Order: sequence, then structure tokens, then C-alpha cells
Amino acid sequence: MTRQMSGAKMIVQALIDQGVDTVFGYPGGAVLPIYDEVFQQNAIRHILVRHEQGAVHAAEGYARATGKPGVVLVTSGPGATNAVTGLTDALMDSIPIIVLTGQVPTFMIGSDAFQEADTVGITRPCTKHNWLVKETDALSGVIHEAFHVCTSGRPGPVLVDIPKDVQFATGTYQPPKPSVSHYQPRLKGDMEEITELVAAIEKAKKPIFYTGGGVINSGPAASQLLRELVKATGFPITSTLMGLGAYPASGEKWVGMLGMHGLYEANMAMHDCDLLINIGARFDDRITGRLDAFSPKSIKAHVDIDPSSINKVIKTDIPIVGDVGHVLEDILKVWKSRGRKTNAEAVGKWWKQIEEWKKVDCLKFTQKGKVIKPQYALSRLEALTKDHDRYICTEVGQHQMWAAQYLGFEDPNRWMTSGGLGTMGYGFPASIGVQMAHQDALVINVAGEASWLMNMQEMGTAVQYRLPVKQFILNNERLGMVRQWQELLHGERYSQSWSEALPDFVKLAEAFGAKGIICSDPDDLDDAIMEMINHDGPVIFDCLVEKHENCFPMIPSGKAHNEMLLGEAETQGVIKADGAVMV
Amino acid sequence: MSALKIKKGATSHSAYNLRPTFSDVVERHTLAVLVENEPGVLARVIGLFSGRGYNIDSLTVAEVDHTGHLSRITIVTSGTPQVIEQIKAQLGRIVTVHDVHDLTVEGASVERELAMFKVAGTGDKRVEALRLADIFRANVVDSTLESFVFEITGAPEKIDAFADLMRPLGLTDVARTGVAALSRGE
Repeated sequence: MTRQMSGAKMIVQALIDQGVDTVFGYPGGAVLPIYDEVFQQNAIRHILVRHEQGAVHAAEGYARATGKPGVVLVTSGPGATNAVTGLTDALMDSIPIIVLTGQVPTFMIGSDAFQEADTVGITRPCTKHNWLVKETDALSGVIHEAFHVCTSGRPGPVLVDIPKDVQFATGTYQPPKPSVSHYQPRLKGDMEEITELVAAIEKAKKPIFYTGGGVINSGPAASQLLRELVKATGFPITSTLMGLGAYPASGEKWVGMLGMHGLYEANMAMHDCDLLINIGARFDDRITGRLDAFSPKSIKAHVDIDPSSINKVIKTDIPIVGDVGHVLEDILKVWKSRGRKTNAEAVGKWWKQIEEWKKVDCLKFTQKGKVIKPQYALSRLEALTKDHDRYICTEVGQHQMWAAQYLGFEDPNRWMTSGGLGTMGYGFPASIGVQMAHQDALVINVAGEASWLMNMQEMGTAVQYRLPVKQFILNNERLGMVRQWQELLHGERYSQSWSEALPDFVKLAEAFGAKGIICSDPDDLDDAIMEMINHDGPVIFDCLVEKHENCFPMIPSGKAHNEMLLGEAETQGVIKADGAVMV
Repeated sequence: MSALKIKKGATSHSAYNLRPTFSDVVERHTLAVLVENEPGVLARVIGLFSGRGYNIDSLTVAEVDHTGHLSRITIVTSGTPQVIEQIKAQLGRIVTVHDVHDLTVEGASVERELAMFKVAGTGDKRVEALRLADIFRANVVDSTLESFVFEITGAPEKIDAFADLMRPLGLTDVARTGVAALSRGE
């Protein structure tokens, strides 16, 4: 039903009609009419963040934990520019979010008005698409189209810039209708290519599934189909950082995460395999290591909904453009109809080899003495929380890699981390978004103290909305990953990689009206973690850990998968000049 | 060669030709990109090229379908086959891009460019310029006693050749539109 209403009312109505229940935002001059409408309704809950970057990361966390798009509402100028990091993060990790920005009135655009910025210009390279709406009559259609674009095909962030006069003016509201947009990405894979992949599956002696965030983005059904395919074929499966949880960590065929800080067995299997089946991953440089030595003996199949991902960095033998869920369904169908064949004998031998690699036990560590090892802290966190209805967020750095290594993910949508952009400050606001979506769940942000401080102002948000997010900070008083690289690459000259003035995190928590816990003794750790879990409210957990611990295993820059470093003894002079250039 | 005996880089029958080519030779391709005629669409296309480090040798854009709200951007670019494929795939993901055609590989095509040359001079040089313009089928669109403005249409090579000839005869200004191209036949 079309109705006449103001642009501001239209925005709220469109969000309601799109099924939005939560908006993360921060008011300002150019969005006051919208906030006035937000005030006069109860269908949408608005979460007032403390910084616009926090709003975008919170929306990302919400989107990842629910599969629904996250929605952000911020003002013009600085409100929009503060959203840029989050938009870029969402673009890199293919997270569906919708950012609504206010803009100065149309007749003032281009005049350097107060809080004016060229928002669509600034955000063009960091959104999947963006719009500047200059007529109120077009507004509802654009917002519905924004939802369509951000959730169709490869998901991503979109932005709608709305001048203040467009919000005030009256126009005709159009309710959502089946999309008439020409933008309709292809979902079904090419059957000929799929058949070719099935033929390769039947013959492969050393196959491996290499899965990524695309499986999660495709929805829970895709994860189920993946599990079915892995179980039926008996092939080993590894995953990128972004894909953790699509296949359960307790699953029989799981060989762990791969890549720069991935598991020895996963990287060795990638290097030696003869059939590499990439499902929804993108051959990121953290995964491939040295390109000319990447999985040199394998036939490479690549399933991706984005044609530009295919052959971008790694030459693909069997390219399949389509949605992971649709393609997996077809692979299973074709494989079953051809008689469910695999080269079981050869695959059995392959598994024996993988079991040999597993014996290296690349994640082993020894907790001794009175200083907590970060690996120990995460092992205990895993043991004490794995049976909870648990969601994990992280910041970026060593703690992020340790979390990926030592925590087990059994289901999709339970692991929120900044993979592509590597945004320090992501995890805390993301945990707020996750907790908003799952109010009764245990939401933990595994953090480093340096990353956490980047968006610490969001403590105000957590306390205001009584969101019991647990901030598990592995505090080494260092920028740990930077310090590690300086040790390995820059002659142990630790330039600017530690903080001399850190806050007392317990007092900081109390200053915000939350609970703070400090723990420095391994013997006290379990009790302290239980205290954190059992506290009904936000907690800052200051876990003082070993200050010079390095994150292993590690593929040094410019090296191949089978040239991993497993521990401290192997680190001298390993990275050559050409590797040092890479990040 | 892998144990699976799948021929690497074999031609696919898929609607998407995604099989990689292995050449490192830089090729020149003419791409026709049909886009929605809306503000910022050219910036999206140019931003893609600059952001990802691709070359633009020439670019023309104009509305071609007023009722359908479509513009046609003709881009001449150069790169290895992998880069060209990546450029086409990246263009294809832009939401307001309707169609990407690689006229260099999709059968025969015609390319034309329009240019205007201002040539100043008197006496023999002036006569020679007019005589060469006639050979090249260039039109005189402005004339004073000491100068001509020629208008010439043709393939870029023809325009280059005309420019080379005009230079010693008093060429002072050049304006070129960049390439417009269409596939031959239906």
C-alpha cells in the first residue's frame, strides 16, 4: 500500500518492512528528523554507541551472528567518515550491512556546509554500492534496493546518503516488492563444471576441502551440505579464519585452520594434495604464502559466487561460479547419481600421511611457572565455556590467531573476527552487536589490550544496555604481533610496540559501572574465568600473560606451506629480504 | 602434469569462460561497458581502474538509450590476459554495470575516433595541409586566412598518421574523443 509520509518516517517504515529489529547509531544535525521518528515508534530498538566506528562493527557482529543485514544510522560529515573503517572491514569480509547517513540539504551540497562531506564519493571504493537520494519519492525504493544489493550475491556493505531536506519533505512510500533490479547474481553453478569436479573427486588420491567465509555467508543449509559431503567422501577438510565453524572442530575429518598461523597438518596437506577443492574462500595471501610454491601438485577447483575471485591470484582448473549452498547440493546430487565413488584406498593412505603430520602436535605448549601463557589462558577458556551457548569475537593480532587455534567452533555464525582488513578495535563493538542479537548467550571478546583500547569507549554502550559481554583481554603490555615481526625481521628493535601507560583495567571497568577481574597466576585462572562467566553483566577480564610469547606455527613471509616454523628454535634469519617486503 | 590427468587450461563450455590463459604478453583490448546512466557511475568505473592499478589508454562515455537510462562506456585498456579477464570480472561486479563486452575477442568489430586539428600557417605549408586533409578525407570546419581546423574520423592509427603529417605543417592544437567501437554484423 502506498502512503504519503515524510522522508524521515519513510526510512523508519522501510526498515520495519524489511524486518529490521535493531539499529546501531549516533545522532547528529543531519539525521535529527530520522531520530525524531525513531523516538515515536517501538518496533525498532536503537542502540546508542559511543563512536560511529563502533556502530558499524556492532552491525557487523549482529550480521555475522544472525545472517541478517546489520543496520547503522549516523549523521553527515564526521559521522560518515567515522564509518569508513567499518565499511571497508565489511567489504573485505563480505558482511551485509546497511549504513544510512544524513547529508546537508540538497541546496547546500557542494558549498562546504557545516558537517558536509562527499560521503558517496568517500565511500564509493569501500561499499558494494551506495546511493545519494535527492528526491523523497525515490527514498523507499532505494532503501529496499539497498537491502536487495547488500544481501544478494556476494554480500557486502551498502550506504544510503540522505540530505536533510529529503527527510523533511513529504513523498509516496512504496512497500517492498519482489526485486525488479537488474542485479540478480547467478546462484546455480554450471553443471558441466560440477560434473568435472565430481569426476576429479572420484579419482583423487590426495584430496582436501579448503573452505571459507562463503560457506557461512551462504547460510546454515550450506554448512549442513558441506558436512554431508565431507562425511560421504571421507576427505579431509581445512578452513580459513573466516570459515571456522562451517565444519565442526570436533568433526572426524577436520584438520584445523590453514594459512600463515594455521596448523602444520593443514598446511602440509594443502602443499601435497592432488585435488584442492576451494569452497567459498578466495586464496588470500595469508593462506597461500609464496604463490609459485602454493599447492604445486594439485588440480584446483574453486566454487565462488563472485566471478572476480576466480583466477584472481591462483589459476583455477575447475571454476564454478555460484552460491555455495546451490553448488554443494548439485555436487552431492551428481556424485550420488554416479555411484558415490571415491578412490578409498588412496585416500586411506593420504589419511595415514595426515595422521603422521598431526603427530607433530604443532599447538603443544608447556605451562610452567607463575606466568600465564596465552595459549594456556585460551585452552582454559575453551574448556570452561565450550558447553555454553557461546559466541566468540576477537580483536586483531596474536590473541586472534591463538583464539582461532585453541578455541573450537562447532557451528557457523559463532565466530566474529576481522579477517581481510585486520581491524584492531573490531571485536568489542562486534560483541555488543552479537549480544543484542542473542541476549541470553555467552558472548566473549578475546582481545589484546592494545586492540581493545581502540574502541574502549563502547563500555558505555555495554553498560547502558546491560549487555553482559565478556572482554577477555590477554594483556602482554605489547603490540604482540608487531613485536613478533620486529623480533623476526627487524633485529629485535622493538620500535613503538609497547605501551608504557596502560590503564588499570579493573578500575576502568568500575569507572564505567561494570565489573573488572584481574588474573596473573595460572592457579587462579579457572576460578577467575568462572567468576567472569557467572557475572550477570559486562566484565573486563585483565589476564596478565607472558610478555614475549610468539605465535606459532608460522609461515614466514615469502615462504611456502611446507616451510613452516614450529617454534622459537627455528626463527633465526628465516625471513629473507624479499619476504620482508611483504606484510 | 597432475596425476588426475585433467588438462589444465582446457577450453570450457561454461557461460563464464573462466579458464586461465598463461601468456604474459600485454594485449590491447577494447571493452564496451553498458551502465545505468546515473550520477557517479563513471567515477565507479574509473575508480576501479585506478584503485586496482589497471591501465586506461582511452575512454569515451555518453548516454546511448535515454528511455532505458543507459550509457555506453568504451574503454581501451592493456594488460596480460589474466589482467584483462580480471578487469572484465571486476567491471561485472559493479552493481550499475549491465553488460561488459570485450570487443577484441568477441568477433570482428569496428573502431572509430573523431579528432580536430588546428593547423596555422601560410603559403606552401597551408596548401600542403589542405591537400593532405583531402587525402585523409578530413573536413575543414573552421578557416581563417592563417589557420584551419580539420575534423577527421577514423581508426586511432589513421588519426595518429594524420597528426604526424600535420606537425611540420604548423599543428597547434589537437582534440581527440577517444575510441568508440561496435561489433560487426548483428
